Amino acid sequence: MVAALICVISIAIFLQFFISYCRSILAVSRKVELSDRVREVSGITNRSIGAEDFSRLVQLVHLCPEQGDDQSEIRAVGTYYGLLRFIKAISTFLIPGMGPWTEREGQDCSHFAAVALDRRISYSRDLFTQQVADRT
Amino acid sequence: MLGPFDYAIWILGFLVQIGVVVCVVYRKDVLRYLPLTIYMLCAALVNCGEYFCVERFGFTSSQYFYYYYYTESLLTILLFWTIIRFYQQTFLEMSVGAYIRGGAVLLLLATAVFSYIVVHENRNHLSTRFVVELGQNLHFVGVVLTYLLWGAILKLRETRTRLIQLVLALGVYFSATACTYALRNLFPSLQPSVLRWVPPIMGVWLPIAWAYTFAKVSEEARLATARLVVRTR
Repeated sequence: MVAALICVISIAIFLQFFISYCRSILAVSRKVELSDRVREVSGITNRSIGAEDFSRLVQLVHLCPEQGDDQSEIRAVGTYYGLLRFIKAISTFLIPGMGPWTEREGQDCSHFAAVALDRRISYSRDLFTQQVADRT
Repeated sequence: MLGPFDYAIWILGFLVQIGVVVCVVYRKDVLRYLPLTIYMLCAALVNCGEYFCVERFGFTSSQYFYYYYYTESLLTILLFWTIIRFYQQTFLEMSVGAYIRGGAVLLLLATAVFSYIVVHENRNHLSTRFVVELGQNLHFVGVVLTYLLWGAILKLRETRTRLIQLVLALGVYFSATACTYALRNLFPSLQPSVLRWVPPIMGVWLPIAWAYTFAKVSEEARLATARLVVRTR
């Protein structure tokens, strides 16, 4: 009985902590404006970024050379995005009010991925410039 | 038997624990985060001890079993000290340090007395079930303490990003581990296939999340906690 109670309470608290932790990571990138370059690369020049862009943006991120220090946060946000998709799928039938919230959160995840992509593109360009300079 | 994945998690955990200590020392924050630094050092030492225990007695030996669970419980108590330090930082401006210290001493005494009673009553059969139950209870105390701290952070509108992320990572660690222990108590058959992976993964999660926070988030960074609370409206 005690174990069951601890289990239920822990799951509820875990979800709350995990969501808040991911939001604290997303909050930092939310303030960053996307550059024209990343909008062009990801094909979002004439529209606002959507939740459904996340997977494509992460694929683009993985095409760029790793910067080495953003892999863990990308993975954490990816897990959060997966959790949001799951909540969206079940809330369609159970709690329709959750739909707009999961959409907003998904947009933040996509924005985070776009910021990561922007950083990696800049890093790749720096690498390329450095290599060209080394050759000459 | 331990596989390559077990060893990979083990080595990664050890390296990241040392990484957290290096980050704290590099940022000259040792005094501010002294309990956290000591916890990470002790966790790294316990990791080394586990390795020698497995090498000497084997993974399935009772020596390794009791070493793992009792050092885990001791590390959890050490982690309470870290939580208490976070409480002190949160309530810094309210000058209630003496009350927090008093509360901490009471909590540690209560935990010690409770553990003594449990050990005393089970002294004839310090069995698998007992150590799992002790671990479950200690981690659940951690969940409650972290949750209360998170409530205080929200109530006081704490804005220090680093403190917020450290507390949230700790909350994820405690709640996932307490849940795993509880599930193990409820469904022991799940242990060999599923549940045995969660504590090592969580053991890596905490130092990774803390290392990330110390490396990426400066002490001056600020964040509105209202943004972190889930509101559907």
